[in-house]
Amino acid sequence: MAHQPPADIDNPTLGERFNAVASWPMRILFGLLETPFRALQRLLGIGRMPYIFLLPNLAFFGIFVIVPLIINFAFSVTGGDELFLNDRPYIGGEQYSYLADCGNYLDPQSCREDRFWRGIYNTITFVFFQVAFMVLFSLITALILNREIRGRGFFRAAFFFPVLLSPVVVALIWKWILLRDGVLNAGLTSIGFERILFFVDPTWSMFWAIFVSIWAHMGFYTLILLAGLQAIPPDLYEAAEMDGTKRERVFWRITLPLLWPNLLVVIVLALIKAVQIFDEVFVLTGGGPGTATQFIVQYIYTTGFSNQVQNFGLAAAASVVLGVVLFVLTLVQLAVTRRREDG
Amino acid sequence: MADAQTASTRSLSGMLTARRGGASWHWTDVFTYLYLAFGVCLMFGPVLWLALSSFKTPAGLLEFPPTLLPLGQIEVEVEGHDKPLPLYEVTMEDGSVRELAQIRRIGIIAQMVDPADPETSIRVPIASREPIREFRVAWENYTNPLERFNFLTYLNNSVIVTVVATLITLLINSMAAFGLAIYEFKGRNAVMLFVIGTLMIPITIILVPAYLVVTQLNMVNTLWAVILPGAATPTGVFLLRQYMLTLPRDLIEAARMDKASEWAIYWRIVLPLSLPAIAVLAIFSVMWRWNDFLWPLVVLNRSEVYTLQIGLNAFQGELDVQWHYVLAMTVVTLIPVALVFAFLQRFITTGIASTGMK
Repeated sequence: MAHQPPADIDNPTLGERFNAVASWPMRILFGLLETPFRALQRLLGIGRMPYIFLLPNLAFFGIFVIVPLIINFAFSVTGGDELFLNDRPYIGGEQYSYLADCGNYLDPQSCREDRFWRGIYNTITFVFFQVAFMVLFSLITALILNREIRGRGFFRAAFFFPVLLSPVVVALIWKWILLRDGVLNAGLTSIGFERILFFVDPTWSMFWAIFVSIWAHMGFYTLILLAGLQAIPPDLYEAAEMDGTKRERVFWRITLPLLWPNLLVVIVLALIKAVQIFDEVFVLTGGGPGTATQFIVQYIYTTGFSNQVQNFGLAAAASVVLGVVLFVLTLVQLAVTRRREDG
Repeated sequence: MADAQTASTRSLSGMLTARRGGASWHWTDVFTYLYLAFGVCLMFGPVLWLALSSFKTPAGLLEFPPTLLPLGQIEVEVEGHDKPLPLYEVTMEDGSVRELAQIRRIGIIAQMVDPADPETSIRVPIASREPIREFRVAWENYTNPLERFNFLTYLNNSVIVTVVATLITLLINSMAAFGLAIYEFKGRNAVMLFVIGTLMIPITIILVPAYLVVTQLNMVNTLWAVILPGAATPTGVFLLRQYMLTLPRDLIEAARMDKASEWAIYWRIVLPLSLPAIAVLAIFSVMWRWNDFLWPLVVLNRSEVYTLQIGLNAFQGELDVQWHYVLAMTVVTLIPVALVFAFLQRFITTGIASTGMK
């Protein structure tokens, strides 16, 4: 890609040969694209070139993000099971009132669309425990990794490793461990316990959904908190040491207050991710047993795409609701981030 | 200055790892190493267990409690029997121990034969026999799916999606970043805001209408449906633009003096200089695409166009799950990520800590 100065032509090294071969496709591509762009520049003038450079990216944004965002509303106010908007009759807010039709909002059983409300309550339970414990363990791990320990790079990498794994792989790794004849049950029976059918029991299924998603994601948040801890000026600790301050007091008075902005960012980021939980749990439990681990995104997916009757309107209405929740969380995130940058 | 720096880190580390009375350990030191040891086991253990299990035969996988290493029962050829017979260690009634091959099992009685004396069959209760096993790696878990299932197709699809999508992403994102970083033009701030705004729109909230768009474009059940919608990543534009802003402007002015076209400035000057940022985006893009799940699940409904992730999900969702194949395929799916991790872990971990993106 870079323009290589001609090296010793008679006797090129292996690296130079490789570069020469590898740069050929780039040069051909450059040649192919240069002519039209040069023509465009002559035609439009240099002042309009930034628009040309922006065009492809903005076109993709527009077609696959902005247009869908707008027609999402159109879907949510039309009925029927046709996909194309022209074939869908306008029904106003009927989808929304259908979703909201409940005898008692605290009891999903009393709602007309009980799967939606179960999804909401499951998501709330999941988000509460997942975010709380993930932030707690990320914080403990970051504090420990911030100490002067041998092989810190290795340990940091070890905790980060699962972040790179795909959700399907994560789910299958744990499913294999948690099966009826899996290694965890083997361990339990060997120390005298009964086997547990983890995926038949609603509470255990929720526990493992939370556990596995913490396992898969905490490395990412640990890294952010670790970066925050390392940004705390060492003089503060020195001063505390000179005063003979106790460790506990140092933690509550120096570490935690200075880390707090980062901690807030981590909490909000984790919230935004947790509300959208789908992949790992869908593969791990399939939403079961029954609807015990079915979350709001899975409700949208099954309603829109995997039911016998694909109810696009209802799915769109539910995603508008989810969108509003995420929008609010994002505003909170922006406020929190701004405060971190200012302060 | 540098001395002051080292002195302060030393005293910091001294304070954090100080042990009371010199030799005795503070409880936090013990806790630290216990926590780290436990953490490493918890993070790597499940993956290792998956890898070890993937080399077991179907019979080996059914064993409960499971064995740590892949073991297979030894089988011997016995005269007068077409198939090789499984070998057992049998404790006879008189207390002697013999190695016998099993012909068949009827209820709780097994009909055995001594390989050295194939004429006489011996009947023993099954409780008195133990299978003789040896270390055996079931490579067929890996080779069979290649021939029997669409596994190669899935692998192929995943590679195509990852490579093509990453190339498109790098090209259009770097073009947009170039436009936003190098030029002063009307509406630049608006475009920047727009880019940051789209950062906040996850695919989960536009599933239905995005599916409509893809259907209108006739792309359902083609790989383009997976490649194109995610190509214009706002994160990528943002990351590359921030990097390009740091490049010296004199270079660009000098090139313009030399009558270089804007495209040449982009391709020959800015792009090569932005390679570090482009490398970061490339790694992220590969990770996103290789691991992508929900969107491909929606738009790919035919087995020929499945990616690895969707194929794996379909396999594990079957009524009679063939775990020996599922485990092996999971390992294959995991390998590229493990390699990326092994070579680039320092780079990725510091990169994420500084950019805060995943």
